[in-house]
Amino acid sequence: MIPGPFSYHRPASVADAVKLLSTLGDEARPLAGGHSLVPMMKLRLATPEHLVDLHGIAGLKGIRRDGHKIVIGAMTTQHELLASDEIRQSLPILHETALLIADPQVRYRGTIGGNVANGDPGNDMPALMLVLGAFYRLEGPGGGRDIAASDFYQGAYFTALEPGEILTSISIPAGAAGHGYAYEKLKRKVGDYATAAAAVVLTMAGGKVATCAIGLTNLHETPLLATDAAKAVIGTSLDDATLGKAAAAAVAIMAPAADARGPVEYRKHVGGIMVTRALTRAAARAS
Amino acid sequence: MNDMTPTREQREAKLEGMGCKRKRVEDIRFTQGKGNYVDDLKLPGMLHGDFVRSPHAHARVKSINSEEALKVPGVLAVITAETLKTVNLAWMPTLAGDVQMVLADGKVLFQNQEVAFVVATDRYAADDGINKVVVEYEPLPVVIDPFKAMDPDAPVLREDPAGKTSGAHGPRKHHNHVFEWTIGDKDLTDAAFKKADVTIKEMLSYHRTHPSPLETCQCVCSFDKIRGELSIWGTFQAPHVIRTVVALIAKIPEHKIHVISPDIGGGFGNKVGAYPGYICAAVASIVTGKPVKWVEDRIENLTATSFARDYHMTTEIAATKEGKVTGLRVHVLADHGAFDACADPSKWPAGFFNIVTGSYDFPTAHVAVDGIYTNKAPGGVAYRCSFRVTEAAYCIERGMDILAQKLGMDPAELRLKNFIKPEQFPYHSALGWEYDSGDYHTAMKKMMESVDYAGLRKEQAAQREAFKRGETREIMGLGVSFFTEIVGAGPSKNCDILGIAMFDSCEIRMHPTGAGIARVGSKSQGQGHETTWAQIIATEIGIPADDIMVEEGNTDTAPYGLGTYGSRSTPVAGAAIAMAARKIKAKAQMIAAYKLEVHEGDLEWDIDGFRVKGLPEKTMSMKDICWAAYNSVPPGMEPGLEAVSYYDPPNMTYPFGAYICVMNIDVDTGVYRIRRFYALDDCGTRINPMIIEGQVHGGLTEAFAIAMGQEIRYDDEGNVVTGSFMDFFMPTAVETPHWETDFTVTPSPHHPIGAKGVGESPNVGGVPAFSNAVNDAFSFLGSTHIQMPHDYWRNWRAAKELGVFAA
Repeated sequence: MIPGPFSYHRPASVADAVKLLSTLGDEARPLAGGHSLVPMMKLRLATPEHLVDLHGIAGLKGIRRDGHKIVIGAMTTQHELLASDEIRQSLPILHETALLIADPQVRYRGTIGGNVANGDPGNDMPALMLVLGAFYRLEGPGGGRDIAASDFYQGAYFTALEPGEILTSISIPAGAAGHGYAYEKLKRKVGDYATAAAAVVLTMAGGKVATCAIGLTNLHETPLLATDAAKAVIGTSLDDATLGKAAAAAVAIMAPAADARGPVEYRKHVGGIMVTRALTRAAARAS
Repeated sequence: MNDMTPTREQREAKLEGMGCKRKRVEDIRFTQGKGNYVDDLKLPGMLHGDFVRSPHAHARVKSINSEEALKVPGVLAVITAETLKTVNLAWMPTLAGDVQMVLADGKVLFQNQEVAFVVATDRYAADDGINKVVVEYEPLPVVIDPFKAMDPDAPVLREDPAGKTSGAHGPRKHHNHVFEWTIGDKDLTDAAFKKADVTIKEMLSYHRTHPSPLETCQCVCSFDKIRGELSIWGTFQAPHVIRTVVALIAKIPEHKIHVISPDIGGGFGNKVGAYPGYICAAVASIVTGKPVKWVEDRIENLTATSFARDYHMTTEIAATKEGKVTGLRVHVLADHGAFDACADPSKWPAGFFNIVTGSYDFPTAHVAVDGIYTNKAPGGVAYRCSFRVTEAAYCIERGMDILAQKLGMDPAELRLKNFIKPEQFPYHSALGWEYDSGDYHTAMKKMMESVDYAGLRKEQAAQREAFKRGETREIMGLGVSFFTEIVGAGPSKNCDILGIAMFDSCEIRMHPTGAGIARVGSKSQGQGHETTWAQIIATEIGIPADDIMVEEGNTDTAPYGLGTYGSRSTPVAGAAIAMAARKIKAKAQMIAAYKLEVHEGDLEWDIDGFRVKGLPEKTMSMKDICWAAYNSVPPGMEPGLEAVSYYDPPNMTYPFGAYICVMNIDVDTGVYRIRRFYALDDCGTRINPMIIEGQVHGGLTEAFAIAMGQEIRYDDEGNVVTGSFMDFFMPTAVETPHWETDFTVTPSPHHPIGAKGVGESPNVGGVPAFSNAVNDAFSFLGSTHIQMPHDYWRNWRAAKELGVFAA
């Protein structure tokens, strides 16, 4: 539990950080909240020679409204998300989910940028980003670019980030008026990753589902958008048969690993249950 | 009369003696981060050691190359078994009569076994060095499933006892067999089973888990070459025993060994035995002439230092059709891992497992325990329990529920029918113990009334009907547990460790101004001895507890004691404290008589001093007697006021309790909800009710963890898959249920203050309550027994196997 040697850098601007990362190459890693990277370093599963700490860069923090979008700086902590009225009002599912991430100590330090950029299938925020149609702002040696969250995740710990690139902010369309939402997470204890979790955002019209998006956490090597499951509920009043169909459609795309949380069959089974529970709760919240 | 004269109540309250909810004095430093733990110790020039560990569960060690490691800046030495052989320390004795490799000698036998010890100027350099030691392994087939360990063609694990047909505890019947231990009357028991109307038989597994104290095992060893003295600061639950073990194996005279246990952050049995880290740090200090610190990390603690349980108990009960038990037969397969490193009294290879007849009047019983070797970490220790008592309590308490189910009887009713009756105490059990005291019926009935047991059963019946009608997906279980513990090891007639009788000790020295110090042979790891020991003395000699300092853990100053584990501190050290205090009081009485110019027999004790019988205004307080002890003792008497007592208890003590758990389980997800947990404990005289309550809360939380998910699990290759707190279930305050506590008081007749010990009762009694609740919930679906741990996915699996999802 003792990390290997490394050099520590604390750049003051995004440009400096990008320059450091591209000059130092594969042996450098950006450091945000450190809750994924530092434990890996202590186990020497990660042995970066250089850590580029992003805490010294002004402007990577904060939550602001830009027209219909909410823009969240990558270094914004989970605690700051929880404290934000803007998030509570415009993207309440982020508030609900942030409360289910680990414990207060972790949330004081852990950042949303680190959570979505690391490509860890166990992290909770990526599935939400898919459901909410978020875009990530990436800054790299060749300049900046925006990428849809749905194009970002390629495999466990594999993302669209190019060498030297840093995720600097997240841009999310504000939730539709009267939308319903729910994040259902089954976990063994506080601080654990999801055994299975489902995120739902929907709107209702005349007692029937008008729009719906369903995301899945830790049920595949990447976060998933359960498109067929969402289609199955549109135009319905979420009767038991429809919920069953939606769950089955979601289960069909799940491919979790067996681990101490349970065998594959169990994790898929409860994944389906998380979907039906999230749908039901989201519908009850919609107006 | 002066109005300021304190009343008797005020005088008594001022003492904060036995029965007082005195706040814990040690918490003043603990809550401010001012405790003094081993890792706080920094000595000039101190070096750091850390282990190269085996990635394999079973492999031949072909070679160890330290060349590159020694080039790492700061690395000073790499110690291997070859180095240790030069001082005859490559192997060390275990407390269970086995021997254990200190560092891999030719092969490794479990994953994360210690292979080499790297010594460096700081921990970072030590870890860098570890990564540069090159070890060549030749993997060998592994034995993980204990039921396959004694297959004729099972791989040979231990090569050192090759050809030896007997070990420390008698004959060995297989190369992976450690011992067989039997007790009871086999013929009588077999006959009882032949005659029985009803019998049950079930294999009850108590899975492998770990005590996992928050502070891991650690030490600092410092050898002074000039004086030839070795000082060891360590996380030792039994510091004097460590000193003796070191003297025996390192051949250093015992008076030149100083063992100090500073503040300890939890032990739970994990810190009783000796570990390779201690030996290596000591050898490294002798070799380098500098202090050497060794501190385990969490993974090392969970995977390499002593585990607990791993008992697989084939349990049979014979009974009449009316539900009277007539015989008990248990065969245990005990998985000890690579080395038998149990921390039991030396003559008890299966601990006090023969308490397995529990609280019931079994006319006959027979137990056989087979200890075996597997490719797992060595152990096992008593995790917050007296030796193997948790396993025994689980065995009998699950067994009684299974019998009740077979008889169609209520499990509480079955227990009431079979309890040892109050008039049968002292009770001689079929397996050889003398239960000192008990009133089981009163405790059980109080529990049943407190929770409205009958009402809960009605609610459960309604819930089951609703489940069958498809109105709910939750099932409800009631887990009853009535345990009898055996603690306070122990009487010299049957308990010793390496030949040292398991007494305990106290030395009290009163100072002239009426304050004093008590040094005790026990060692608190969080139990609050500094608070409670002073309370015993306060009541015994009438000096406020605040004026008594309690000191433990320094072998140079504390009288020899056998340490703290097995709930033995109050039964044994607590008795020594009372006896030492009574010696002080006896001398004080002579001094008071002299000063008051009366005959000793004319004095009577009154809260905080003596008074002359019939002349209540003629008194002398204990405080004044302390002063007199230093200037005006009777002619011929030595001055001073101090006493020592070594207490060899005449018997064990037998705390008991009635617990019940009310639980709902969602069959779709397997998620459980503990609705209620009520724990009634009878630990005899209650020294500090607040500390008792805290002990019960802590033990119940561990019991909850163990029953509902905590395990050390290996995959088929022998890799530990639960090596961190992510996967090893350590509940937080969020998961922990609310505890309701209650008590009855049945004092121990042979203990000077009637106390029995309580620290381990909740772990012992809690686990069967949780497991019985889960099993009771599923029983109406046709299940007889579901193995622990009862985590979510296993509950779901049970529901699935019982056909809940068929429709």
